[in-house]
Amino acid sequence: MTDLLQQLINGLALGSIYALIALGYTMVYGVLRFINFAHGDVFMLGAFAGYYLAEPVAKVIPPQTYLGGIVVLLLAMLICALLGVVIEFLAYRPLRKRPKLTVLITAIGVSLFIEYTCQHEKVFGASPRKFPDLIPNTTWELGGLVVGSAQVIVLVTTILLMIALTLIVQRTKIGTAMRAVAFNPQAAALMGVNVNHVISFTFGLGSALAAAGGILFAMNYASIDPLMGVQTGLKAFVAAVLGGIGNLPGAALGGLLLGVVETFAGGMKGISNYRDAIAFGILILILMFKPSGLLGKQQTEKV
Amino acid sequence: MKPARLTGMNNLWAVCLLALLLVGCDKGTTPGNSNSGGSGGPSTSTGGAEIKVGEFASLTGKEATFGISSHEGTLLAVEEINAAGGILGKQVKLITEDTQSKPGESATVVNKVIARDGVIAVLGEVASSRSMEAAPICQKNKIPMISPSSTNPKVTESGDYIFRVCFIDPFQGTVMANFASQTLKAKKVAIFTDAKSDYSKGLAKFFKEKYLANGGTITSELDYNGGDKDFKAQLTTIRGGSPDAVFVPGYYTDVALICIQAKQLGLNVPLLGGDGWESEKLTEIGKDAVEGHYFSTHYHPEVGSEISKKFLENYKKRFNGKIPDALAANGYDSMLMLADGIKRAGGTDGTKLRDALAATKDLVLVTGTITINKQRDADKSAVILQIKNGGYKFLESIKP
Repeated sequence: MTDLLQQLINGLALGSIYALIALGYTMVYGVLRFINFAHGDVFMLGAFAGYYLAEPVAKVIPPQTYLGGIVVLLLAMLICALLGVVIEFLAYRPLRKRPKLTVLITAIGVSLFIEYTCQHEKVFGASPRKFPDLIPNTTWELGGLVVGSAQVIVLVTTILLMIALTLIVQRTKIGTAMRAVAFNPQAAALMGVNVNHVISFTFGLGSALAAAGGILFAMNYASIDPLMGVQTGLKAFVAAVLGGIGNLPGAALGGLLLGVVETFAGGMKGISNYRDAIAFGILILILMFKPSGLLGKQQTEKV
Repeated sequence: MKPARLTGMNNLWAVCLLALLLVGCDKGTTPGNSNSGGSGGPSTSTGGAEIKVGEFASLTGKEATFGISSHEGTLLAVEEINAAGGILGKQVKLITEDTQSKPGESATVVNKVIARDGVIAVLGEVASSRSMEAAPICQKNKIPMISPSSTNPKVTESGDYIFRVCFIDPFQGTVMANFASQTLKAKKVAIFTDAKSDYSKGLAKFFKEKYLANGGTITSELDYNGGDKDFKAQLTTIRGGSPDAVFVPGYYTDVALICIQAKQLGLNVPLLGGDGWESEKLTEIGKDAVEGHYFSTHYHPEVGSEISKKFLENYKKRFNGKIPDALAANGYDSMLMLADGIKRAGGTDGTKLRDALAATKDLVLVTGTITINKQRDADKSAVILQIKNGGYKFLESIKP
């Protein structure tokens, strides 16, 4: 029983990270109708931003405190938000009027470009690094149940970010504009919405969430490398499709579900090394039987 | 999906060897005059009577550090043999060729040393893939070949002229099983294998067989894929079986994360592994989470036998204070094994030398006492190290 609960905690922590990344995929899809395959690499860059920020921040705020951790997280999110905007501006905007396939393939190109540039010795180098301890490293034991501070932080941060995201999308002017562009870009433009600004904002927001995911991931699993975003990014994409791509609560649900399923599979004898296969098996099943995803409907409320 | 990083035996080698090197070398690893392939140093040839020995090693390229270490060991052995009057009164001439760490190059250079230079035996390589390239050529020409550090079981399967002075991968599984049941007195263990790696699966298989034969119980066997980041799922299940120890025959990057996550989950039992653990990265990433765990490997400067003390001293003297790593020790031993074979064969005739090498028994070398078995692999002890204060502490040598 404790094992089951422990797996559930492990799964939820992993799933929340998938959920954060999946939100970025789904937002961009909602607004632009294409999958930004470089999103997983922004996740990686977020983790590296945290890695490099930890030291300078530690000079101002004592290291391994919650405040220091939050500052690093926010700065990394800001950096990646800017990066997301720049990527969109340089790589996708010139292709806005081209067929969607062109943009999709460009996204794959951007992804490979980031991965292999970062693996160069002069940039990050290919070998994995130890991610510094940003927050106090404490564990709580309840019976046989062990909960680490990192796991708690992952869950809490994810929930807070999701609430913030919902508020932005539903309650602010720019959120309304995002929904308008998602619904019909031409009509939105005619109503005076600056579509380019909205798209930039969407990329920035999605990238900030990916950066948060990257730091939470690195905090939980301790090591980072330039290819960490490949597998995790693909899983998050599966999560977005599972929940119904273009649907925000769907992405969150898909991420959590995928994390839990994967963790339970990983803990089972005999199938423990098929956890990735199970994740992608789910993708195939969803595409076969419910292509619109769990929460996706024929007329989805996009972004 | 992801670029294969730590799959396959070649990379495995790269990994463990790099590991060994990193441990051994200090910062200023200036490769000595490594291309000076001739018979070492002061001793010039004594007339025409010399024994030509070919060596192929990766002196340049991505695994240059492996090849250089191994070459330095071999070179030291040749110099010492010549200074002591040679073998059967003849000086040894070492002809070294560089494989540039490239596939295809080994075949070329080995053909060259056999056909052009007329060597009587070939020493090399560190990487199993390159040894496997050269082995059929030596076999065809009936020139005995001794690999210093290729541990892939397939290397010596090329034919009866191919030998090695190191143990093979799976042997470490057996060693760790004995260590678990005899030294740690662990009654039940869990096994956590990298399903992507033959090395890991081989070690796990032999560990399981030996450990069960020793009367132990296996609580659970789980797999991961090399390169994974999240191991908590499997570790939670392992923890559920409350084992006394966990055998994790993986590579250092994965192992470091496994140690960290095991600690986070409160799985506070010793973790055991093989030479894939040996790297600075393990302690750099794992920090205090890897402290106290155990792994097996080929050699440690503190092994403490007479010959190894002398080797450590002479090597440091010869190569500006550099501490020898396992590759250097194996390189040294490969030449010693050859010299012993030539002495017993009473000459350098290919067939006789082969028979003499195959009959090598209880030969005392730097890395331990070796006996060549039926597969022409060396039966020898492995050393067990414990991670202590960010370094490695020599615990014991375990016999096969």
